[in-house]
Amino acid sequence: MDFEIAPEDQAFRAEVRAFIAAQLPPDIARRGQHDYHSARDDVRRWMRILNTKGWSAPHWPARFGGTDWSPLRKYIFQDELRRARAPVLDRCALDLLGPVLCTFGSPEQQARFLPPILNGDAWWNQGFSEPGSGSDLASLRTRADLEGDHYIVNGQKIWTSEAHYGDWIFALVRTDQTAKPQAGISFLLIDMKSPGIVRRPIWSIDEGLSLNEIFFDNVRVPAENLVGEPGQGWSYAKFLLTHERTTSAVVSHTKRDVDQVRHLAAAARSGSGVLLDDPAFAAKLARLEAEVIALEWSVMRVLHAAENDAAGNAVASLLKLRGSELSERAALLAAEALGDHGLAVMPDPEGNHILHHDGLSPGLTDDEAIGVSAKAMFRRATTIYGGASEIQRTLIAKSILGL
Amino acid sequence: MDFNLTSEQEALADSVARFTARDYTFEARNRLIGEGTGLDKRHWQAFADLGWLGAGLAEDAGGYGGGPVENMIIMEGFGRALVLEPFLPVALVAVQTLAALPPSTLRDMLIAEIVAGDAIVAVAHGEIAARGAPDYVETVYEGSRITGAKSMVIGGHAASRLIVSARSPEGLGLYLVDPAASGISTRHYRLLDNQHAVDLAFENAPVLETLARPGEGEAVIAAGLAHGLVGVSAEAVGAMDAAIRMTRDYITTRRQFGTTLSTFQTLQHRMADMLVEMELSRSILYQGIASLGQSGVQCTRALAAMKAIVSSAALFVGRNAVQLHGGIGMTEEYAIGHYYRRLFVISGQFGGESLHLKTMAGLSQSFWTEPTSRPSPIMA
Ligand SMILES: Cc1cc2nc3c(=O)[nH]c(=O)nc-3n(C[C@H](O)[C@H](O)[C@H](O)COP(=O)(O)OP(=O)(O)OC[C@H]3O[C@@H](n4cnc5c(N)ncnc54)[C@H](O)[C@@H]3O)c2cc1C
Repeated sequence: MDFEIAPEDQAFRAEVRAFIAAQLPPDIARRGQHDYHSARDDVRRWMRILNTKGWSAPHWPARFGGTDWSPLRKYIFQDELRRARAPVLDRCALDLLGPVLCTFGSPEQQARFLPPILNGDAWWNQGFSEPGSGSDLASLRTRADLEGDHYIVNGQKIWTSEAHYGDWIFALVRTDQTAKPQAGISFLLIDMKSPGIVRRPIWSIDEGLSLNEIFFDNVRVPAENLVGEPGQGWSYAKFLLTHERTTSAVVSHTKRDVDQVRHLAAAARSGSGVLLDDPAFAAKLARLEAEVIALEWSVMRVLHAAENDAAGNAVASLLKLRGSELSERAALLAAEALGDHGLAVMPDPEGNHILHHDGLSPGLTDDEAIGVSAKAMFRRATTIYGGASEIQRTLIAKSILGL
Repeated sequence: MDFNLTSEQEALADSVARFTARDYTFEARNRLIGEGTGLDKRHWQAFADLGWLGAGLAEDAGGYGGGPVENMIIMEGFGRALVLEPFLPVALVAVQTLAALPPSTLRDMLIAEIVAGDAIVAVAHGEIAARGAPDYVETVYEGSRITGAKSMVIGGHAASRLIVSARSPEGLGLYLVDPAASGISTRHYRLLDNQHAVDLAFENAPVLETLARPGEGEAVIAAGLAHGLVGVSAEAVGAMDAAIRMTRDYITTRRQFGTTLSTFQTLQHRMADMLVEMELSRSILYQGIASLGQSGVQCTRALAAMKAIVSSAALFVGRNAVQLHGGIGMTEEYAIGHYYRRLFVISGQFGGESLHLKTMAGLSQSFWTEPTSRPSPIMA
């Protein structure tokens, strides 16, 4: 065993850090201090900057515009982006759809869809969940019937993140009504400008907008937009959900959050001193930090594990479960650090999606504090989306422990 | 001991339930949120007409002869329906603060106006650096003027008078202040649960009257805050109970994997834990009420224990109520998320779990080894 990070990888980190410092536009960096729901324009500008360097999707294979970096370097790159609080990129396109298209897409699909993603030109949504099909995704009912060279799509998707931005959606649709649930599902790419699509925003408990529902009424989709084989959509979805095994830990985000809590607590008054010097609070923060360290080293183990290594799979299975819990806890602790103001609505003054434009907020001057309470509310969702914690625990019990 | 409500108390509970069923449907509440003040004048008048603004106040202090149990009944019902009006800060904290003052024409007049629904008076005591600690006050009183800052005065946006705590060399005093006076700037904001609050900055602001002279304010404000703590805990119990019922109803109808969610054992166990947290909160609320008649340190300990338990229970129940709903629990248009938001705010109001554990940790003896301990009746 060797637990040291090689000097070349350290140098790589320094190179990435220097690049971001030089290239991240100051106005985007400032908005990044608020640190939730990056604006689409910021994401697009930043993607284009990364793209000129060939860094917009380093985890893709090099021949599709990615890199040949080691898993550790890909991780270091993401870690540096979060550290600098660069905009959160279009994860659906980069982390979910990209790898599927690189692996299962036709050469035409790859040539058509991948370059616009790299350049931030096309924004993608993930259309999996339906009102009746959340944890039990395989029961989904949105159907796509082949008529000539088009699929006719009818049905409804829900909880579609950022669909108000979306140019395209990759959806799981049922193309075979007779096959077993999983076997009848296909993976279809749908242009969100198609006639027959209606989107409805769903405001969430943070008073922000990221969720949407999408209705499909006789939407015509060219048959060439089906990825891979009809009826194989379920296996592509599983590939997609397990391919990027480590990003679901959101460990770099949470490291950032721990720093944010520390910053807020160092500035937050507590009696005649500051909160960071309060042993009870400091212990809570220390506990969180210790757990994040354990999580990051779990990520390291997965990054260095071989594909079918049993221990690697076991530790990979805990990343989403524990990562999402820590993500919420960090946000709750940040709100606690703000004391009374952590209970107040503090909309991002530059945020474009605010439910109540009543202009009421305690008017904090520290950019880091803005949006903290909303984030505490929104992070309630972390243990629900992407496979709820209950489902994750069942998976661990079944697939790792064989129960 | 007797843990049953009297017939009058039953009637009060029924009347609160009737009011919220009629005036506080989820849709009606959303309309009130949209109107942007969190206070419907007709509701406030109803509180007065029904006698609730003085329900928890002794007759000789100008109330209707009830006590903390009456307040508990109202607050629990308000918690169930997520009532937005600043009832707790006015009818519990302000009224009980005033009631702890020696009788005077001014005091009696203020109480009478509040009880009649004619005046909204809020206590401006908490400060951002206090983080809920009742005894930390930096605001100063000097030469009939107040300088300092108060934070999160719930209902302060609607108050016609403020009771402001401030320090002088002789100790803490309480002062009646006109919020529109010169030298006061106000920042109005909304809490996550859609209650409204203000932060206040005083720069040589004039006072109207001295309510408690320097050195006499601590005990008075402590009485008001004690009732506030009990009231907010009762509100938490009501909100938790409603959230648990809603969640139970939801998982018995929501189907996944060919069956209702309620058949999954892990969810059954979670709901059992939520119920346990709620019932323990109610139990410790009762002991909190019992402590109101006790001496300083006993009462301090009892209320700290109460709020520590209630704060963590409120978070646990609120978080898991959303969890068990899945995506729909995260939406503004569905009620359960609003319960979480209220429970989240309650959990931090008057100090969170950490503060109250710290208070307990600072006391030298355990609850049951207090040498002067004696059985204490629940105040009625
Ligand atoms: C903020 C947010 C963003 C999202 N973004 C997207 C997106 O972009 N695209 C998309 O397709 N979807 C998205 N989702 C949907 C998400 O994937 C679903 O919410 C999730 O799969 C849970 O489904 P559900 O909401 O229907 O809850 P349900 O499946 O009804 O679950 C409700 C509760 O029951 C539990 N439960 C369910 N089955 C079992 C079982 N067998 N055993 C024990 N417990 C069980 C769950 O764990 C949960 O606690 C998003 C959701 C949220 C909240």
